[in-house]
Amino acid sequence: MTAENGKKKAFRLNAVKPVTNAWLSVLFGLLSFMCIFPFFYVFMISVSSEQSIRQSGYAIWPSEFSGAAYRFLWNEHDTILHSLLISVLVTVIGTVLGVLLTTSLGYVLSRSGFRLKGLFTWMTFIPMIFSGGMVANYVVVANLLGLSNTIWALILPLSLSSFNAIICKTFFKTTIPDSLIESAKIDGATQLVIFSRIVIPISKPVFATIALFLTFGYWNDWFQSSLYISDSSLISLQALLNNMMKNLDYIANNPSAGLSLQQYRNSMPSESVRMAIAVVIIIPIACAYPFFQKYFISGLTVGAVKG
Amino acid sequence: MSKTAINQPGAIRFKSRKRWTRDDTELTLLGLPSAIWYFVFSYLPMFGLIIAFKNYKIVPGKGFLYSLFHSDWAGFSNFTFFLKSNTFSLLLRNTLVYNLVFIILGIVFPVSLAILISQLYSKKASKVYQTLMFFPYFMSWVVVSYFVYAFLNPDKGLANNVLSALGLDTVRWYSEPKYWPFILTFMQVWKSLGYSMVVYLASITGIDESWYEAAMLDGATKWQQARYIILPTLKPIIVMMFILNVGHIFYSDFGLFYQVTQGIPNSLTNVASTFDTYIYMALQSNVSIGKTAAAGLFQSVACCVTVLAANYIVSKVDEENAII
Repeated sequence: MTAENGKKKAFRLNAVKPVTNAWLSVLFGLLSFMCIFPFFYVFMISVSSEQSIRQSGYAIWPSEFSGAAYRFLWNEHDTILHSLLISVLVTVIGTVLGVLLTTSLGYVLSRSGFRLKGLFTWMTFIPMIFSGGMVANYVVVANLLGLSNTIWALILPLSLSSFNAIICKTFFKTTIPDSLIESAKIDGATQLVIFSRIVIPISKPVFATIALFLTFGYWNDWFQSSLYISDSSLISLQALLNNMMKNLDYIANNPSAGLSLQQYRNSMPSESVRMAIAVVIIIPIACAYPFFQKYFISGLTVGAVKG
Repeated sequence: MSKTAINQPGAIRFKSRKRWTRDDTELTLLGLPSAIWYFVFSYLPMFGLIIAFKNYKIVPGKGFLYSLFHSDWAGFSNFTFFLKSNTFSLLLRNTLVYNLVFIILGIVFPVSLAILISQLYSKKASKVYQTLMFFPYFMSWVVVSYFVYAFLNPDKGLANNVLSALGLDTVRWYSEPKYWPFILTFMQVWKSLGYSMVVYLASITGIDESWYEAAMLDGATKWQQARYIILPTLKPIIVMMFILNVGHIFYSDFGLFYQVTQGIPNSLTNVASTFDTYIYMALQSNVSIGKTAAAGLFQSVACCVTVLAANYIVSKVDEENAII
């Protein structure tokens, strides 16, 4: 207790002046505000009535509130829920597959006695400095493997990355004692058993980190969809959001477009609906990330360790 | 007993050079799925770049590979077409200049803010600020493009509402190129600021408190402490980030340039197109895939050269901090 007090006192002595502290609080308060204000603003637009949007544009505090956008989304819940299902499916399958691939590779790379270690290390390293790029990937995934308009086009290309594999390798190398592996081997365990029964249970932090990287990556992905998916039954939430923006613009820019579309558009609170979908996508992430953010940092700092 | 036998140098050489053990088989099997993934999704595309040297034509009724092998060789004509076109110099300028600005701001802002936030009295408040500033990092560019749209919508957006309330002329934001270099730079900084700041902060909090105490006893000011204690601690991470970013200087964040501008309208082509948006738009249009692949290959090769060069220069200046 006294030691802690002493430490605190020393810290106080070295601290900035109270005025500086106040200015810093203001600065970071402003920056924090700037970072979350857009979300608040978009939410406010989503609960504005069409009438108030027509009158005063997107207001920070609308003159009239309305749940019409969310009611509209609820009426369209088949589409929304289907997209949600695709998003969840891609995220879950992708994360499980990705974690298995990444960690098994990381483990193999971390075994110093392994004969093919050099080969595997180069295999992981080369893609970090040279890649085929967007066109070549597209050609392989769409033309060669024929994965266009399948769920695998959304999952497979993103499941492994050299960066994540190296994070795992560094983690295993620094936290799992060789003697543990050796003694398990003497007991007759195969490497697969060692990996699944010993390595996985004691390496939960790195599994959590990789799983979170992948979860957010898959949940936020719209790019794979825009390249490979044209089938409307495979549209994820992000892709839906992406298409919403384009479709409404398309109608707005072409007044001569089909009347039925125009009528459909009139029936929906178009401005607020767009923002309501954005809110629906943001909410799960906004609720989840404060609990997971530390893993993102630990992952990066572990990966930064050389070797 | 058996352990000492393994630890003898002779035994190690025998183990690692001569005999393929059961252990090796098992590890190979464990790594095999990843190896297959790398082969299909990383190495096959590298061979796929062959298409850049072809006049790819679809042979009706045949598969992709058949068409590829029966297309005529184009030599370097796809490359000369791309390199000589007017767009090339534009793309080069945009990609490099934006990236240079992003790299510099991406180091200066987060590092200085990390130093500043570490000085706050209340650790709890600091945590709250960090969490709030981290928020944009988790948003996809599609979502961010909605944020921007809410502000810049010409008829209803906040920016024009404020301008007209002040009695100023409103701006057709999405057709005025002169504002976009600033908007794009701002959005890039906005999205990555919190994340990078927290990364640097993680190593600042790792600094032993006694270093500051010793420095303080010697009469070091806050400024000197930052200069001689904090910055040297951060140097390895800064250098690593720098190499990684310089290595990617020919790549651009596709989402930023494409989504935030609402798909790059014609009026913004000059300020918002980069190699990636050009390649993406060419893929979606009917530009021949060979020419598009040539642009992609140019980008990959340029990136490879820059990352090796950046690492080489760093290794000459400061061997410890090179990453390769």
